[in-house]
Amino acid sequence: MIKTTIPFGPQHPVLPEPLHLKLVMEDEKIVEAIPAIGYVHRGLEKLAEVKDFHQNVFLVERICGICSVQHAMAYVQGIETMMNIEIPDRAKYLRVIWAELHRIHSHLLWLGLFADAFGFEALFMQCWRDREKVMDIMEATSGARVVVSVNVVGGTKRDISSEHLAEIIRVVDQVKEDMKNMENAFLNDYTVKHRTVGVGHLTKEQAYSLGAVGPMARASGVAQDLRTLGYAAYNDLCFDMVVETAGDCWARTAVRLKEVYECVRLIKAAIDKLPKGDFAVPVKGNPTGEVISRVEQPRGEVLYYIKGNGTKNLDRLRVRTPTFANIPTLLVMLPGSQLADVPVLLLTIDPCISCTER
Amino acid sequence: MGLMNTSRMKSPWIIHVNCTACNGCDIEVVAALTPMFDVERFGIVNVGNPKHADVMVVTGCVNPKTARVLKNIYDQMPEPKLVLAIGACGGTGGIFAECYNVLGGPDKVIPVDAYVPGCPPRPEAIIDGAVAALGLFEAKAKAMKEKAKKAAEKAKAEA
Ligand code: SF4
Repeated sequence: MIKTTIPFGPQHPVLPEPLHLKLVMEDEKIVEAIPAIGYVHRGLEKLAEVKDFHQNVFLVERICGICSVQHAMAYVQGIETMMNIEIPDRAKYLRVIWAELHRIHSHLLWLGLFADAFGFEALFMQCWRDREKVMDIMEATSGARVVVSVNVVGGTKRDISSEHLAEIIRVVDQVKEDMKNMENAFLNDYTVKHRTVGVGHLTKEQAYSLGAVGPMARASGVAQDLRTLGYAAYNDLCFDMVVETAGDCWARTAVRLKEVYECVRLIKAAIDKLPKGDFAVPVKGNPTGEVISRVEQPRGEVLYYIKGNGTKNLDRLRVRTPTFANIPTLLVMLPGSQLADVPVLLLTIDPCISCTER
Repeated sequence: MGLMNTSRMKSPWIIHVNCTACNGCDIEVVAALTPMFDVERFGIVNVGNPKHADVMVVTGCVNPKTARVLKNIYDQMPEPKLVLAIGACGGTGGIFAECYNVLGGPDKVIPVDAYVPGCPPRPEAIIDGAVAALGLFEAKAKAMKEKAKKAAEKAKAEA
């Protein structure tokens, strides 16, 4: 049969980000997918060598606006390890609260975009409407909606007042209610299931050998979540991992949806146990040596390699982001599927191209 | 105001182009389209096809690879068209201005009509920027008509 090549992206309505895929087709069926990246490459790692290590926090937050808290967390935790800084307990809990709020917003965003990808616009709007509640509380506690900029080397930049803590509890309870309402549509609706069940199937072995991370791995039964390492305050919060075994788009939706409940529980537990005291310690000196710092982002594991030389500038900053680890799974899922399923398959890895290319 | 201008002013269709942005601005643009901020009440609709669009909402800075894409999309949009650059990156390249692979803001490649500052700007600011830019439509349409008239006269004189 004659093969045709269809370009997908870089400008495409389902994905706001510029990702380019060359799809080699036989009739309606994909035989090969060739990704072409570089549309969002800025050269951020090089810039991190010019700015000083405190300024870099703002830089790494802008690797990706959707998971900025976790990027900053990975970076500052790395620097703190290098400089042997013991941050106050309160700061650890505050970091968890903001990080989990960010995870909720990221998962709701993804659920919305995914609903849009399979053509359920009302559900998309509903997800984004509920997400605004989280954005509001982030704005109230930090002053910004998206790039909240709360982590600094040595703790957090600000505290959360008791009124705001009460407000956070109210909001996350509401989000939980909203999710319960939507759960049925995402997981049990006949038409939605038609688009997700059995689509983009990935076995446990495949997910493991391709190096998938985050919800992609957990939906295929690979129980792997860095929060179990107990960084920040996760050790004290009895984190419970969400794992599914079906390995298809449905399972990935289920993992992300159920993780929102877990985020809500973590936030409430953190607020419950929040210790009193300072939220930052003064930082003296410059980092030296090298360190690897890992944090669980909404999309999976992010890895920071930091090398300091005793001056205020770093020798090297290297980031391995979760989407980079998940793209190989996409290249396995796409061949053999229909052209009409491409948007669903593409979104199921929750691609973040600006992270990947930096 | 003729029918064309009325429809452009009352229901401008936008195309959202992500050009080397960090996603911060992009999710705020999408937030402006969703129920909380709901720009659809001003008749603003997001479309995927540049040939259907009146306003280009561009986020982020420009690198050599996206410069080509941006120019290409801009050229496909019919006249009169507006370009709205979002964020600090949309103005000057923002925090990435010094990166080796960044040329600067989108105005290095295409003409920009309005800038919305912020990193990222709030959805209200984006809506405000869009409404301010719409005021330029009438003048643009007029200039376009005059240019066409002059070209026609010149062609006539030459014939
Ligand atoms: S202006 Fe800020 S939020 Fe917007 S794309 Fe640039 S770095 Fe990201």
